[in-house]
Amino acid sequence: MALLEINDLHVSVEDSEILRGVDLTIDTGQTHAIMGPNGSGKSTLAKVLAGREEYEVDRGSVLFEGEDILGDEPDERAEKGIFLAFQYPVELPGVSMNNFLKESVNKVREARGEEPLGAADLLQQIREKAELVGLNADLTKRSVNEGFSGGEKKRNEIFQLAMLEPKLAIMDETDSGLDIDALRAVADGVNKLRTDDRGFMVITHYQRLLNYIVPDRVHVMIDGRIVRSGGKELAVELEDKGYEWVREDAAVAA
Amino acid sequence: MSTSSTDLSAEERLVQAFEANEGQALNGAASLGEIRREAISRFSTLGLPGPKSEAYKYSPVTRALRHEYEVNVDAEPEHGVTESDVDDLLLPGLDAHIITLVNGRFDADLSRIGDLPDGVIARDFHGASAEHADLISEHFAQYADHRERVFVALNTAFTKDGAFVYVPNNTILEKPIHVLNVTSTDRDLFIQPRNLVIAEQSASATVIETDHTLTDSQTFTNAVTEIAVGANAHVDHYKVQAEGENASQVNNISAYQTRDSLFSTTTFTLSGRLVRNNLHITADAENCESRLYGLFMGRDEMHVDNSTLVDHTMPNCMSDELYKGILDDDATGVFNGKVFVHRDAQNIKAYQSNDNILLTNDADIYTKPELEIYADDVQCSHGATSGQLDEEAMFYLRSRGLSRSQAQSMLLVAFAGDIVDHVEVEPLREVLSETVTERFAETSEAATRWKA
Ligand SMILES: Nc1ncnc2c1ncn2[C@@H]1O[C@H](COP(=O)(O)OP(=O)(O)OP(=O)(O)O)[C@@H](O)[C@H]1O
Ligand SMILES: [Mg+2]
Repeated sequence: MALLEINDLHVSVEDSEILRGVDLTIDTGQTHAIMGPNGSGKSTLAKVLAGREEYEVDRGSVLFEGEDILGDEPDERAEKGIFLAFQYPVELPGVSMNNFLKESVNKVREARGEEPLGAADLLQQIREKAELVGLNADLTKRSVNEGFSGGEKKRNEIFQLAMLEPKLAIMDETDSGLDIDALRAVADGVNKLRTDDRGFMVITHYQRLLNYIVPDRVHVMIDGRIVRSGGKELAVELEDKGYEWVREDAAVAA
Repeated sequence: MSTSSTDLSAEERLVQAFEANEGQALNGAASLGEIRREAISRFSTLGLPGPKSEAYKYSPVTRALRHEYEVNVDAEPEHGVTESDVDDLLLPGLDAHIITLVNGRFDADLSRIGDLPDGVIARDFHGASAEHADLISEHFAQYADHRERVFVALNTAFTKDGAFVYVPNNTILEKPIHVLNVTSTDRDLFIQPRNLVIAEQSASATVIETDHTLTDSQTFTNAVTEIAVGANAHVDHYKVQAEGENASQVNNISAYQTRDSLFSTTTFTLSGRLVRNNLHITADAENCESRLYGLFMGRDEMHVDNSTLVDHTMPNCMSDELYKGILDDDATGVFNGKVFVHRDAQNIKAYQSNDNILLTNDADIYTKPELEIYADDVQCSHGATSGQLDEEAMFYLRSRGLSRSQAQSMLLVAFAGDIVDHVEVEPLREVLSETVTERFAETSEAATRWKA
């Protein structure tokens, strides 16, 4: 059974269709990259998988570990093990990182049938995971994302990924805005989290990231559809030739 | 022909009550009697706010006063409030001078004033008006405008008792004054406490007023607190309104600042039926700093109205104002903030904002932040936002496993925290933070210390 199976997914917002029949299967233990031009629907797909309500699913299905999740609330999906690292992480002034992590981690642990973490264990985890992804642990004493630099926000997403240990991690342009050292640190962190019982969907514009996080499959999304899939060399080809080439191909195929 | 009281308007009933009680209402200097008579005549002339009143457009105080409240002049010896009731209302861990007013009258047995620094006075207004007639006549009715403000006029006319605080030159009052306003009565009372706080040159004081109701009868409180902040003095003032659901109030606070002074006031409206706050700060000398903050949390049918005025008459001053509202159920909130900068008041920095969150479609907010500026060299800003909780923020939290109500509670506590964090008195800040957290906790039924 696949970890994630998306069939003919059509999604619209305010009557305009954004996803027009997405098919994608990710097996557990695998890392899939999704590339594609601006506005092609990559973030929409990510948010629909995480349960954002403003998007209307018109057709199709999303199975997570064989179970339809489209009726689930965002928190139910998180409890089942889906995690979205946001392209634009939200600043939450006045919400302390510590408090937020405590509630979040314990909600997810409870769903997995684990004991809630006490204050000392939580602190220990925070220290370990912050180190794993190269997050300055002082940031965990502040309000969530408030005043974080662009790169700090992205690292914070991967830090939360590490804290929550999901089964499926969706990373939406986590590499954008990272300097080269940060990119390597984040990629190292992610690579340590790549295990047989976890799958990754990595959305990116840059082949560079895929040198560090080497994907099993690369997909190209254009106009709300996956128009081409291939191995990691597809990313290199795209970097060379741009999207026009795939677009033309897709047009011929259609 | 005798007229039954039901045929009388609220104004007429109040004027009658004044006439009936005038003789014994206030001890002290004869000059106060004059002010009181002037005040009742201004009250008659001004009248209660009519349907066309701009200042009370959204707040039906006059309608509320159609209810035939009994005007309370005498103390109620049988009010039934006990020491242990007082214990329950005090702030854990706060060492304060406690002045307890029951139904607007000072209660010596329930007050715990304790030792005061040399020269400091903290006591009942009624007694002070006889014993410190000089201070009273110098300050009483000087800052709250009984000529133009109808509720101030009404309160002034009926002046009898309240809290009196005096901190002389160069004196730092370390412990806060806690004025505990307790309403406990079988009758539907109209209650009018009159408070006066004087901080002389280079004095410093913290005054906390908290309002509580122990009984279910309908009450209406029309309070006036005058605060004189002397040169280079520092007064921190807090008002916590935690009255019962049958209790309404108009709370008039007038602060007058002289040069180099700092005055800050924070108002928390946690419960009550109809709450109208009239906050009026006059920065009448150079180099004054004025801070005014407020948090109102309406639910059920509650109506909360904050009307503030910062009057900058002189140059080189700064004022900072932030009010936040969270409105649930059918509650209504009103914010009407005005900053007035006079022509000669150059180099003023004035900031004002009001942010509100509406939790239901039935909750309403009317907000009007206003700047009226006649000077040309000023730095002012004002703004207001009202809306639901941010969907993107909710989604972010929920995508991390938090339920809708957990996420909502977390965001509301953070929103309110902005105001709670301004509280410098730690035990007060803690109780408020607890109250806010429990109010918005998932199981919002949790009882809070100051839950009405
Ligand atoms: N909430 C929304 N309301 C209206 N239009 C939306 C909404 N969300 C997405 N869209 C539109 O859907 C299209 C796809 O957007 P999406 O963010 O999924 O693109 P993307 O592939 O992630 O782009 P990028 O590479 O720039 O991040 C865009 O045209 C966008 O404007
Ligand atoms: Mg995107």
